[in-house]
Amino acid sequence: MSKQRKAIALISGGLDSMLAAKTIMEQGVHVEGINFFTGFCVEGHTHAIREKDKAKPKRNNSLWVAEQLGMKLHIVDVIEEYKNVLINPKHGYGAHMNPCLDCKIFMVNKAKQWIVENDFDFIITGEVIGQRPMSQRKATMPIVAKESGADDLLLRPLCAKNLPATLPEREGWVDREKLHDITGRSRKPQIAMAEQFGFDDYSQPAGGCCFLTDKSYSAKLVDLWKSQGHKEYQLDDVMLLKVGRHIRPQPNFKLIVAREEGEGRFLQGYKNEFISMISLSHRGPLALIDGTPSAEDLYLAAQITARFGQGREAEQVDINVTMIDGSERTLQVKPIKDEDMPKAWYV
Amino acid sequence: MVCITGCKKAHNITFILEPFKYKDTTIMTIETLNARRLLCPLPVIRTQDKVKQLNVGDRLEVICTDPGVMQDIPAWCRINGHKVIEATAGNHEYILLIEVGSS
Repeated sequence: MSKQRKAIALISGGLDSMLAAKTIMEQGVHVEGINFFTGFCVEGHTHAIREKDKAKPKRNNSLWVAEQLGMKLHIVDVIEEYKNVLINPKHGYGAHMNPCLDCKIFMVNKAKQWIVENDFDFIITGEVIGQRPMSQRKATMPIVAKESGADDLLLRPLCAKNLPATLPEREGWVDREKLHDITGRSRKPQIAMAEQFGFDDYSQPAGGCCFLTDKSYSAKLVDLWKSQGHKEYQLDDVMLLKVGRHIRPQPNFKLIVAREEGEGRFLQGYKNEFISMISLSHRGPLALIDGTPSAEDLYLAAQITARFGQGREAEQVDINVTMIDGSERTLQVKPIKDEDMPKAWYV
Repeated sequence: MVCITGCKKAHNITFILEPFKYKDTTIMTIETLNARRLLCPLPVIRTQDKVKQLNVGDRLEVICTDPGVMQDIPAWCRINGHKVIEATAGNHEYILLIEVGSS
């Protein structure tokens, strides 16, 4: 009896990786899933933070896919290692701050390490030639395989017939004839395949689950790097970019102003690390001040904080200022007018 | 004192809590994981890492603030052969008690 082969499938939570894993499971291969958390896979974070989204529970799509397929899923924290991918992408960025090709190479490399450590035989991805303009092109397929070190242990079941045979195909671990030849950006072949497998509920996020493909998020990240003069970051830095209004009136400081109660509660958790402001005389949002504001800057920040509360039309609003050392004082300010807040301040 | 067995009677005795013996050979331990302020999937990752250090039958109490854990941790447990014994929510905290399975 031949040995049952084992494969690890990169599971993003989207349809393609789900179909790729299912295609190989159908051939009798033992498949487990692996999902990498970079810190930017923040699909569920806004939902977790914002009060208004809490009525509709949100699932983690990679866990959901694993459950639908009846396979184990290993979620791996790669936050620290991923920093180098984002800061120094050898192949550059996409339309925004998304280093998609380097990211794919990195993840396949991590999967290669995993199969060596766990005695698995090969790696599966849901890549399709022509599906994505940066990382999923005919020219990039061999680059991913080579630079990740996976070489011909990397099998792309959805487009395998359009690529040279890999080791699992040549060795007969999988039947190449039962693999697919999908190309291009059309989703029709995948949707048809999903129907064949009986999948009627699946996720198809436009930019994957990565916030680095988001224009607004990328602008905030670039602003962060520019303001601090380097590209290093901590997880909290990139989490905070997803929360609140970010307003930078001066290069040396910005405000993060909660947009609703859930965000306010989330920002509350950072009060020991930032100067914070909140209105005492009227209902209003919590604001964190990031940077090195002067006394004059703090006054301006208080005026801006007042503008987002119920005292926006008042002649005077009392703003409580809590410094990082815990000391407090009250600033009495006139809220800034909309016309005095240039659009360029909004990051 | 109301009986902890749930019989709803008052007994004039003191319960001495001793480590629970699992399958006569393994002493079950109960550990707590503080996953407050972490957003999904980090509470799942921390749970996964902690469970790796535990034995079959051990229990892990995970305390979180992200409501997403009420979906994600049970899903993770189901696909990895562990069991959620109890899940409670209140005061913006979500607490799950997990029993480690044999997978």
